[in-house]
Amino acid sequence: MSVTAGNAQGSATGAAQPTRTPQDLARRADWIRLRTIELIDGAGLGHYSSTFSCAEILSVLYYRTLRLRPLEPDWPDRDRFLLGKGHVATGVWPVLADLGYFPESWLDGFGRIGCRLTDHPDMRVAPGVDFSSGSLGHNLSVGLGMALAGRVSGRDYRTFVLTGDGELQEGQVWEAVMAAGHYRLGGLVAVIDANGFSGHGPTSEALNIEPLADRFRAFGWEVVEIDGHDIDALCETFDALQPASERPPTCVVARTRKGQGVAMTEESPQAWHLGHLAPEQRDRARAEIEARLQ
Amino acid sequence: MSTTERTTQESRQTRGEMVDVFADDDRHAAATTNPVGFEIARLADEHDDVVALSADMSAVLADLRARHPERYVEFGIAETNTVSAAAGMAACGLRPYVVSMAPFGAIKCAEQLRTDVAYTRLPVRFVARLSGLAMGFFGTSHHAVEDVAIARAITNLTVVAAADSNATAGLLRSTFDAPGPVYYRISEHTPPVYSAPPEFTPGRWVRVREGGDATIIGHGIGVGLALAAAQHLAADGIEVAVLDAAYLKPFDRDAIAEAAQVTGTVVTVEEHSEVGGLGSLLAEELGRQRLSCALSTLALPDEDLAVGLPADLHAHYQLTPDAVAGRVRALLEA
Repeated sequence: MSVTAGNAQGSATGAAQPTRTPQDLARRADWIRLRTIELIDGAGLGHYSSTFSCAEILSVLYYRTLRLRPLEPDWPDRDRFLLGKGHVATGVWPVLADLGYFPESWLDGFGRIGCRLTDHPDMRVAPGVDFSSGSLGHNLSVGLGMALAGRVSGRDYRTFVLTGDGELQEGQVWEAVMAAGHYRLGGLVAVIDANGFSGHGPTSEALNIEPLADRFRAFGWEVVEIDGHDIDALCETFDALQPASERPPTCVVARTRKGQGVAMTEESPQAWHLGHLAPEQRDRARAEIEARLQ
Repeated sequence: MSTTERTTQESRQTRGEMVDVFADDDRHAAATTNPVGFEIARLADEHDDVVALSADMSAVLADLRARHPERYVEFGIAETNTVSAAAGMAACGLRPYVVSMAPFGAIKCAEQLRTDVAYTRLPVRFVARLSGLAMGFFGTSHHAVEDVAIARAITNLTVVAAADSNATAGLLRSTFDAPGPVYYRISEHTPPVYSAPPEFTPGRWVRVREGGDATIIGHGIGVGLALAAAQHLAADGIEVAVLDAAYLKPFDRDAIAEAAQVTGTVVTVEEHSEVGGLGSLLAEELGRQRLSCALSTLALPDEDLAVGLPADLHAHYQLTPDAVAGRVRALLEA
């Protein structure tokens, strides 16, 4: 493995995360893709292309942006991170193990009965998961509640919610968007992995969700629209976020490609929304990513 | 609200008429007319972690709004968002009380209650006002007669029902420290059962009347109906015990066994569908415990329900002292 573990020392003490170079963060994104392939390979089923589309987002958030103490998962002042699109937990488990939330060995039983790491995350059994997810459309509301709790408690943590774009078809999302704008919850950050696809095809062919930026602005949010695979743009956007205060919440529309980083999943993002790579396909995908990590 | 207006509101509720639930008169909650608002404000006085979330139910929370405005959040007519946001607040160490109308808060939000509140075992308190037929005048959309069945099916969710205003206060107090989520089924037009807020024990029913000939078990308005029926029967020399099934989950297995074994005749009374409520619970438990007794379950039929004033609906569906007493007599004479 070209990208090694043991990255938690900075955040474990509560200090700011060590500055990562864009190159390092890009390699970590590819490492997330590799580990995702391994986890799904062992489990026999999983969401490849949805995870690949947000690998850079996960890398920058976890290894640069979020204020965390992995050795103190319940630290009240930590930034919260909610995986609205819970079906990409395979991309988060390796990161949480790497950061020190639980031993690497927990990953071994992924997909088996009794394993604490499930296809969608469960906060009650997995340290480092701020809230369970799986039912699309809920987590922005939950994040809204966390941001409100921060205001009531006088804490300045930020609450990040990563949603898919198909998830925005859920009506409850817009209840939360309306409330966050109304209450000017500056500590709430919605990151939309806008990969353009949902379960059965292009998102906006099923039900148009665009123009996303205008819609969020109309509800009182500040919106930044970026290339979700551009590490520099992600760093610049997340670095500019301030501690929670009373101002408009932030929506980051991250335009991404479903299946990014592996030719096969880029070409057929829908086919690899949920599946299991055959051994020769798996090896080809791995080789493609590992070549970039050399 | 003046004393006269408050008394009028109280008597209208008790008579089973309609009340204006939106009246934003800045009334200071009275323990009798607005036990939910009174008690939540009192709990907020005592505990810094109490926050109140309203889905367009702000009138109920007038006292809390006045005394702790920073711990009150209005979510508007957006119940699903309210329930999930409450879960987020609870995950950050707060104790949220969600106040909503039973048909929209509870039934509409069954999935949010299950997924975000109950599976996560968070200390969210969900107060479902205007349950049963309390808003029956407005149409079938406003009936909330399936909520106990739904709530009881949700793992980790404690389900309680208040027999009167004092029971509402007592249940809110007794469950304050419950580690997981609690669903409160509130009825607004109950006759008095308790003279003061009782202390409830988790999973235990309250014996509000002694009697050896039969047992009537009710929840919500069913308790007051049972007591009134017991008085009718006593005039004929029939003494019945009355139990308040305040805890619908967990429920009182011992009380059921005792009722079946000691009196041998059991009648249940509830303003809920005959599917999945107290009557179902009794039948299931008697079967599980292999207990044999005469059982009659008085509940709302599993059919399209009528629309009208609550008192008229209660009479229509036999939720009256006479009808309850008749059920007891029928079993004893069979």
